[in-house]
Amino acid sequence: MSKRVIVDPITRIEGHLRAEVIVGDDGVVQDAFVSSTLWRGLEVIAKGRDPRNIPLMMQRICGVCTYSHYLKSTVAVEDALGIKIPYNAELVRTLMNAALFLHDHVVHFYHLHGVDWVDIVSALSADEAKASKLAFKYTDNPIGTGENELKKVKEKVAKFAKNPQGLGPFANAYWGHKTYRLTPEQNLIALSHYLKALEIQRTAAQMMAIFGAKQPHPQSLAVGGVTCVMDLLNPARMGEYLVKYQAIADFVNNAYYADIVMAAEMYKTEPSVMKPMGVKNFMAHKEFMIGREEYLFDSGIIMNGELSKVFEIDEDKITEEATHSWYKDDAPQHPYEGTTNPNYTGFIDGQSVGPDGKMVDSKMINEKEKYSWIKSPRYNGEPMEVGPLASILVGYAKGNKKVQAVVNEFLAKTGVPAAALFSTLGRTAGRMLQAKLVADNALVAFNNLIENLKVDQETCATYVIDKDKEYKGRGIGDVPRGMLSHWIRIKNGVVENYQAVVPSTWNAGPMDSKGAKGPYEADLIGLKIEDLTQPLEIIRIIHSYDPCIACAVHVMDTKGKTLSQYKIDPLYGGCTI
Amino acid sequence: MKNSSLFNKLSSRLDELSNLPKLDDEVSISKLIEEKGFSRREFMGWAGAMTSMLMLPASFTPLVAKAAELADRLPLVWLHMAECTGCSESLLRSATPSIDSLIFDYISLEYHETIMAAAGWQAEHNLEHAMEKYKGRYILMVEGGIPHAQSDYFLTIGAHGKTGEQSAREASENAAAIFAIGSCSSFGGVQAAYPNPTNATALSNVTNKPVINVPGCPPSESNIVGTLLHFILYGTLPALDVFNRPKWAYGLRIHDACERRGRFDAGEFVEQFGDEGAKEGYCLYKVGCKGPYTFNNCSKQKFNQGTSWPVQAGHGCMGCSEPDFWDKMGIVHEPLGDRLYHTVFGGLGADATADKIGVGILTVTAIGIAAHAAISLIKNPKE
Repeated sequence: MSKRVIVDPITRIEGHLRAEVIVGDDGVVQDAFVSSTLWRGLEVIAKGRDPRNIPLMMQRICGVCTYSHYLKSTVAVEDALGIKIPYNAELVRTLMNAALFLHDHVVHFYHLHGVDWVDIVSALSADEAKASKLAFKYTDNPIGTGENELKKVKEKVAKFAKNPQGLGPFANAYWGHKTYRLTPEQNLIALSHYLKALEIQRTAAQMMAIFGAKQPHPQSLAVGGVTCVMDLLNPARMGEYLVKYQAIADFVNNAYYADIVMAAEMYKTEPSVMKPMGVKNFMAHKEFMIGREEYLFDSGIIMNGELSKVFEIDEDKITEEATHSWYKDDAPQHPYEGTTNPNYTGFIDGQSVGPDGKMVDSKMINEKEKYSWIKSPRYNGEPMEVGPLASILVGYAKGNKKVQAVVNEFLAKTGVPAAALFSTLGRTAGRMLQAKLVADNALVAFNNLIENLKVDQETCATYVIDKDKEYKGRGIGDVPRGMLSHWIRIKNGVVENYQAVVPSTWNAGPMDSKGAKGPYEADLIGLKIEDLTQPLEIIRIIHSYDPCIACAVHVMDTKGKTLSQYKIDPLYGGCTI
Repeated sequence: MKNSSLFNKLSSRLDELSNLPKLDDEVSISKLIEEKGFSRREFMGWAGAMTSMLMLPASFTPLVAKAAELADRLPLVWLHMAECTGCSESLLRSATPSIDSLIFDYISLEYHETIMAAAGWQAEHNLEHAMEKYKGRYILMVEGGIPHAQSDYFLTIGAHGKTGEQSAREASENAAAIFAIGSCSSFGGVQAAYPNPTNATALSNVTNKPVINVPGCPPSESNIVGTLLHFILYGTLPALDVFNRPKWAYGLRIHDACERRGRFDAGEFVEQFGDEGAKEGYCLYKVGCKGPYTFNNCSKQKFNQGTSWPVQAGHGCMGCSEPDFWDKMGIVHEPLGDRLYHTVFGGLGADATADKIGVGILTVTAIGIAAHAAISLIKNPKE
């Protein structure tokens, strides 16, 4: 008889997320539902505010991809007001973006997703001499894998393992799970990189702070450009960026890249990692201006995994619907007109597999009704996967030489067939390849900036907001988790309507009115789970998307209606994320 | 209190702590310092810096060092409410050399959803286990505003669908000390900005236990770590201002120690971003800096190991450590002193002292500053 398995909280992500699967006697997932369990209402709050305040506020959607919303929200206001920002400002924004991508991808693989691949306890039985030698198999210049270094790492872990008290954040995980595939030596190499990456992420954050003031939540963009002109005109500051950048690029090429090659080699026969994905439609937007009209990543759409044809994005075809989301107004709506009224219906009583395998009373998703704070975005009515893999596939299919080169090289190194990219492994590898492309090419923007500063020191355009005019605009691009768009309408000099359609919304949304599933849910179906009390396979798939749930949750137009469980002040109506 | 009696008090507090059972006899901070490749001298240098940050006399440095060494006795539970995870991220950015991070590692981190390996039932078990085993002894840090009362269903956690408010209240019950990390748990934060659709509120409104607020969006890594150290040293709440913020960190206005203060006094202002004044590092008041109304140590401590801070990056302060700053600090790129606010400026914010704040005084200050800015411009036109 089929049983329900609930994973809540899904940890090592941003935000609050629950996954529920229905598993048959054979341990195979028959159906899956994913729910976000937090709503904050930022789009409602945006209404009536000065547009200049919006980017800093929208940045607070997320403190992990902290710069993404700041940037796209600023661009949305600039698009609405018809501002063309100075070339210097474009390039600085790219340099800050590079810092974000490198930071985000490294942290995601090592600190969030990593322990789904790496059995830390297994690293204990590694032979450090052998491990040190093995590291050369994956790169000519390994980092953090000298024999003595590995010995110290091992001792540290041994101490954790000996004393359950000391396990701290590593306590009670799925160590020893059958689907871990790395050898003890490989686990030890990756573990050493886990610790090294803690330092690297601090450096990457500093790299952002050089032009951004701080990280998380940088504070140096203004509508019209950037404010950090003194830092730009200070050669020592530019040098600081360069040195930090080089350290991180080195880590990406010689640790991150090498570890993914290693993981690909070992996991390419693991069914939970290689299972074909459920949604094979991909969408990505151009991003990373490294020179005048020169972008590192491309726009486009791939349908049904068909790489021979890339469609251009028609922004009018983007909609969101709420059939299974805790909002009223179920029908698909374009973000400029999107309305949503919260309509929380909660969970229902039921039973799920408990921590010891027995059935326990639980609160369960009611899949026949509404069950998530995330809406269901669709392109031309179809679910789409967005993210680094989508960006890589679109670039590849469009003939982007830089993208093709890194993909071909990776496939050759690992012996993985191109078709295998449509999997959890592909998603994880795609993110690394994107980090590598950023690491290998961001200096083009840096050098162009230096060249331009010789003749032009403009950093911020001037503009006026005419209170008698109505404006609308959007900021759209690809951020570390995929295609992100912010949509604004301005009237009487204040925000009339605001919506963000966010990468994790595309990926984590519930079913639509036709029963079509989003990427998370579709991907879980057909997954075999070894041990229902230790559903590592589920979190491994979910983590491969790098969920960012505070980002994903949208809210809506309250219009002063009396809602199901509480009243909203009729003074504000409006729309939101 | 005289230095000598304070010194004695701290010493006896540390003795008390030394007598508590260690969580793990295998680990000592001195040993970790060795492993991480730091010398004792470097460690003492760091302790000295922390001492001055805490506004204690230099003679207290050995006590601070000792306090750091005792940090392993503190189990830490970190809860996520309605938030963006920025405060957790800030904590992860701890300083170079990574000694702050060392202390962070060294605290027994029992529950932290962004970092912990366990998920689902196993994660819930870790939380219950920590609350039971370390009853009355764990530190609770809460990140995020809390959907409150009739709106508590805007956040649920776990297979039993427990609300965030319930979890926060339960965890507060037996904590040794409670810190609201960031402006959201301190004051409600961005989700509590008008019209606050989820009725989000501060942690202090859902528990009757004392809560120390460590606001900022997010607070710097040194304010988070320094707050912990302060608790270890005193064993009681630090001296707090009217908003329950530790005075050692939030006792000065940004404006007081600002690197551009001389420009303000000289009447040299950036008139718009990217102008000649911006290139010269003029004061950012006229493009909206809220430093004169904001209590925090950003201008001294900066962020990301001293890499920068908003004023250095030419942007100006937005007042993120003040209560309800989204509604009360006005337009981010316009000065506060010469405009009307779309919400009532309820006297929260800033003045000569963090303790006594009146809307009257504040308004006078604001007008004074605006007038100063205007007069300076006339007296000393820069265009």
